[in-house]
Amino acid sequence: MDLLRFITAGSVDDGKSTLIGRLLYDTDSIKVDQLETILKQSKNKSEGEIDLALFTDGLRAEREQGITIDVAYKYFATEKRKFIIADAPGHIQYTRNMVTGASNSDLIIILVDARLGVIEQTRRHSIIASLLQIPHVVVTINKMDMVNFSEEVYNTIVADYSKMADMLKITDVTFIPISALNGDNIVNPSINTPWYKGETLLNLLETINISNDINYEESRFPVQFVIRPQSEDLHDYRGYAGKVLSGTYKKGDVVTILPDGIDSTIKAVEVHGIEVDEAFAPQSAVIRLTDDIDINRGDLIVKKSNILKVSQEIEATLCWMDNKPLVVGNKYLLQVQSKRVRCVIKEINYKLDVNTLEKQEQFDQVGLNDVVHVLIKTASPIAYDSYNTLRANGGAILIDETAHTTVAGCMLS
Amino acid sequence: MPQHTLNYLDLLEAESIHIMREVAGQFERPCLMFSGGKDSITLVQLAMKAFKPGKIPFPLVHIDTGHNFPEALEYRDRMAQEMGAKLIVRKVEDTIKARGLKEAGGKFPSRNALQSYTLLDTIEEFGFDACIGGARRDEEKARAKERIFSVRDEFGSWDPKKQRPELWNLYNGMIAKGENVRVFPISNWVELDVWNYIKREGIELPSIYFTHEREVIIHNEYLVAMSEFVRVDEGDVIVKRNVRYRTVGDMTCTAAVSSTAATIDDIIKEIQLTNISERGETRIDDQVSEAAMEDRKKNGYF
Repeated sequence: MDLLRFITAGSVDDGKSTLIGRLLYDTDSIKVDQLETILKQSKNKSEGEIDLALFTDGLRAEREQGITIDVAYKYFATEKRKFIIADAPGHIQYTRNMVTGASNSDLIIILVDARLGVIEQTRRHSIIASLLQIPHVVVTINKMDMVNFSEEVYNTIVADYSKMADMLKITDVTFIPISALNGDNIVNPSINTPWYKGETLLNLLETINISNDINYEESRFPVQFVIRPQSEDLHDYRGYAGKVLSGTYKKGDVVTILPDGIDSTIKAVEVHGIEVDEAFAPQSAVIRLTDDIDINRGDLIVKKSNILKVSQEIEATLCWMDNKPLVVGNKYLLQVQSKRVRCVIKEINYKLDVNTLEKQEQFDQVGLNDVVHVLIKTASPIAYDSYNTLRANGGAILIDETAHTTVAGCMLS
Repeated sequence: MPQHTLNYLDLLEAESIHIMREVAGQFERPCLMFSGGKDSITLVQLAMKAFKPGKIPFPLVHIDTGHNFPEALEYRDRMAQEMGAKLIVRKVEDTIKARGLKEAGGKFPSRNALQSYTLLDTIEEFGFDACIGGARRDEEKARAKERIFSVRDEFGSWDPKKQRPELWNLYNGMIAKGENVRVFPISNWVELDVWNYIKREGIELPSIYFTHEREVIIHNEYLVAMSEFVRVDEGDVIVKRNVRYRTVGDMTCTAAVSSTAATIDDIIKEIQLTNISERGETRIDDQVSEAAMEDRKKNGYF
């Protein structure tokens, strides 16, 4: 049994929380006592029926205001797969939360209200899915009950969305007509949509192939920690602990240590203290080398045949996540995997309108939730990949030097 | 081409080990909160695997409320010794005396709130900059929104509105003096994952997780262990039952469940079939208000 991480994009009005509530409820993932709490709250809000949306709002302010503010993680499992849902708010003022939730997702469910069709919000969510390179997109056309389960309405939305997906270079899209409220095509096929021959949402989530999403050709291993027991029997032991981000590593592989560019050969690969033939993504492992060289946290071990960028000037797309605006010339810390270096934002090339994908060269300032394309200069060379070619090693964060807050998520290019 | 498949336990384990190593790499004085409960036992197992063949590069810390199950304490001491790990124990009792704190009182006096004082004192005493804890996001709604690296101010407060965005597998553990980070490596595990992992790894557990006969007070459908810490009132129904603990906290605020589960397999079967959540069934202290956990966390609780 494997694990699928997905994000749901949409707002309360689109029925996003209802959809998640439905998935949890129909897979028996909600316990009786949790249900009773929800029933009590549903009555407090005097909405009569059980409000499935209440399953997902964790903080008091959210319950009081009936909105989702922060990313919440929900868990459920079927016999075929385990699931982690990143439940992120969909309004434009919460773009940073959606970007956060999207960063770890294998799949995104984009909710479209059948009555409204493809709207600005749909476009924004799709642009974010494309920026964050989420491998699989599922467009659920919700509230089909309110358009009499019309095939025509469905087809029009599919055609509209497909056009946009082409433009955004989103390749893997599946469409499903649903009613989250009534459960049509969520777990069981709906009798109301005889014209729909595709899978139910749960069936799709259970069976979609995600094993091809990992790149096994390019090998990346950032060193997190150096293990040196210095005990009598392990006097000379020196192991580099890290996570295989992509690719594979085995004994005898010729590797290069970046950013310095020193070559060495793998003496042994260990997983949890046991020597193995090969470690592969996304395993946590320990690599030992034949040569005694100075390797520290932040260094990257790659296969010699693999080529990646080593540079002090990096172009990147940033999603700004701080209340303080981004200032050109300001210094920040750039964290790429376990490497953290000082950097300066040299220039802002353009601001991206996440509703239209339009590049704006004229703008006042870069504030919370803005997406911009910038040039970063780092204090020392960084070994990295382009996010679009190797998602696992192309993401980075910017940290405020004095406040220590995470101020931006970066897709390196 | 060889098969590169990992099952969900391998994937969760790899993620948790990555987090453990980030703690060791990013902080100067981390510690691991170890109570002898199943979640913190899982953490210790993950920490051992993360740094093999070396030892765990940080001490284990237990905040002893004085209301702990003796079986859990015995297990705690034995495990720490077997692993050769450094164990630091600080007692809530001592904090109560030193600071003149007022106990909660009542029928089942909880030291849950007072625990935070001892924890903060311990953090200050040793200068801990990161405390690894076994909280899981599936436990409770406020937990579902907490980051894996959760920054606390010098009062230990959690401010949900000031949480740092956490993207990809990049964790920002930068803090100012006085602040500390609570780290939750098994955030993405659910109760059943913990049990399946314990089974797979062959981890030993304190005996109270398995069925045993115990004298309990039946209170609002909860079975609370008889102990010197609870107040027995006239008319209390005290019976002997075959019970086990689904979660291990204080004797005064953790309820037992009726069970005949004698092995890990029995327990897994029982949890698969139950229609009540872990906290709902066992944590008397969460029933006070819907936001009970959220409020405690704001006051420095884990």
